[in-house]
Amino acid sequence: MADVLMSAAQSGPTYLSRSRALARIALIDVVFHNLTRLSAIAVLVILGGVIVSLIHGAQPAIKAFGFGFLTAQSWNPVTENFGAGPAVYGTLVTSFVAMLIAVPIGLGVATFLTELCPHVLRRPIGIAIELLAGIPSIIYGIWGLFVFAPFVQTYIQPAMIAAFKGVPVLSALFAGPPYGIGMLTAGFILAIMILPFIASISRDVFETVPPVLKEAATGLGCTTWEMMRYVVLPYTRVGVVGGVMLALGRALGETMAVTFVIGNAHKISPSLFAPGTTISATIANEFTEAVGDIYTSALIELGLILFFITFIVLSIARYLLMRIEQKSA
Amino acid sequence: MSLYDSRRRTNTLATGLAWGAALFGLSWLLLILGSLAYEGLRGLSPSVFTQTTPPPGSVGGLMNAIAGSLVMTVIGVALGAPLGLLAGTYLAEYGRYTKLATVVRFINDILLSAPSIVIGLFVYEVMVRPMGHFSAISGALALGLLVVPVVLRTTEDMLLLVPSSMREAASALGAPRAMVIGQIAYRAARAGLVTGVLLAIARVSGETAPLLFTALNNQFWSSDLNAPMASLPVVIFQFALSPYKDWQQLAWTGALLITVTVLTLSIIARAFSAGRRN
Repeated sequence: MADVLMSAAQSGPTYLSRSRALARIALIDVVFHNLTRLSAIAVLVILGGVIVSLIHGAQPAIKAFGFGFLTAQSWNPVTENFGAGPAVYGTLVTSFVAMLIAVPIGLGVATFLTELCPHVLRRPIGIAIELLAGIPSIIYGIWGLFVFAPFVQTYIQPAMIAAFKGVPVLSALFAGPPYGIGMLTAGFILAIMILPFIASISRDVFETVPPVLKEAATGLGCTTWEMMRYVVLPYTRVGVVGGVMLALGRALGETMAVTFVIGNAHKISPSLFAPGTTISATIANEFTEAVGDIYTSALIELGLILFFITFIVLSIARYLLMRIEQKSA
Repeated sequence: MSLYDSRRRTNTLATGLAWGAALFGLSWLLLILGSLAYEGLRGLSPSVFTQTTPPPGSVGGLMNAIAGSLVMTVIGVALGAPLGLLAGTYLAEYGRYTKLATVVRFINDILLSAPSIVIGLFVYEVMVRPMGHFSAISGALALGLLVVPVVLRTTEDMLLLVPSSMREAASALGAPRAMVIGQIAYRAARAGLVTGVLLAIARVSGETAPLLFTALNNQFWSSDLNAPMASLPVVIFQFALSPYKDWQQLAWTGALLITVTVLTLSIIARAFSAGRRN
């Protein structure tokens, strides 16, 4: 500042160049301010653009199929008759399976990291989990296809089919030929993928509990479990739910980890061993091969549905996490 | 006495399960990295870096895919990082408590975890369809859109770590706002800003879904930004699902390359931000 004015002052009549330099600085300030504000607005424009362009691209399909699209089960490119039923079903079921496995284990890992782990190992394991959360999903996909699915096919599925034979509900749930790939395998791969998310968010949330509260519980003679159950979890409930919802948002929209192992079959089957499809897997597999306006448009409408679902889930997640951030601040 | 016993039993069971969960979780992840290293290293040879993707049955490498990934990532970061940086600056400096900032913060957090395949559809609608063909530049744009939220978030967080007394001192000396930000805040947060960009590169370098129908794929060497271009993730996707053993081997090797790149970038980013905090 001073040197700018100084250099201006040396090169001419002092009064004039000083005011000119000040005017220039004021201009830079205004320009920079507005530039940053425009960039911030651009983020909103991106979101608006995504919504508008998806709705626009989905128009032909929306006109042709109406609301029935959401539940219709046919997917026939030849007769150009499309329904999102199987894809929506597959998305929800695989995500549900994933959450069923990953939430308890993720919370267990977070408990381990905050309460049980020896201090020396706490940081390395914490860092390892955060690094693993960054591994691209295609890696989980290729591993699932070549390593996990064959293993499941030879060992797990035959054993489960045999074990649940004759049990009323379970025999339908775990029925059919062991393909290896299918809904259950996809759900499991998803679970492994979102496990690091849940673990690291829950750990961060658990660490917002004031030590005084935990010390008080221990002082009253609580065991570690009782402290977690009656002090830490009630205090962090909102944040934990927020973290779980965030992971659910990831699971719902995940493409590559699922596409490899889901089997891409457009039908709703009661058995979890059966191949199915998800919204993102359908788009990834078929979009470049889609011929004709209606086919492409139906795929874009699938994308719109996916965006809508994840938008709601992620909004709730962010709202809950915001609440716990305010609490700890 | 039995009450104590049952409490102790419950506690042993619960802590045992937590130990089990940690072992279970970590062992799967180690298993994945282990088989990735085993399968990937088998196919690692100089030809991977010097030859283009082969037709089935002949020898080849991943040169065009690696180059394509590099080109599109660089352009994507060049497009997305400045936008994220400026928007993050607005959120942390000019408009910290404004309504606009609150809304942008919320929307940005949603974009951060929004399904990347939807971004691909968006770019298809606004760029590929009007142009009439797939192109590397639209792939780069899709990656750029994924860079924005990561850089924005980190920039804001890192600028908030700069003590306000430094800004106040600069203002007291008569420096205008733009200069306070440019000369003081950016300098103090430099390591953190680099971290954000590195994290963004790590994030997009493994992205497959947004490239599938923007940059598509290309079996040959191409440096034309207006034409389809190969990228590592898309080649892995295509080769892994093929029935050919040599293609599958290349897919494993490519997967190993991506993982090593992403992990290295994350570790460097972490080292940068750790240096900042101390």
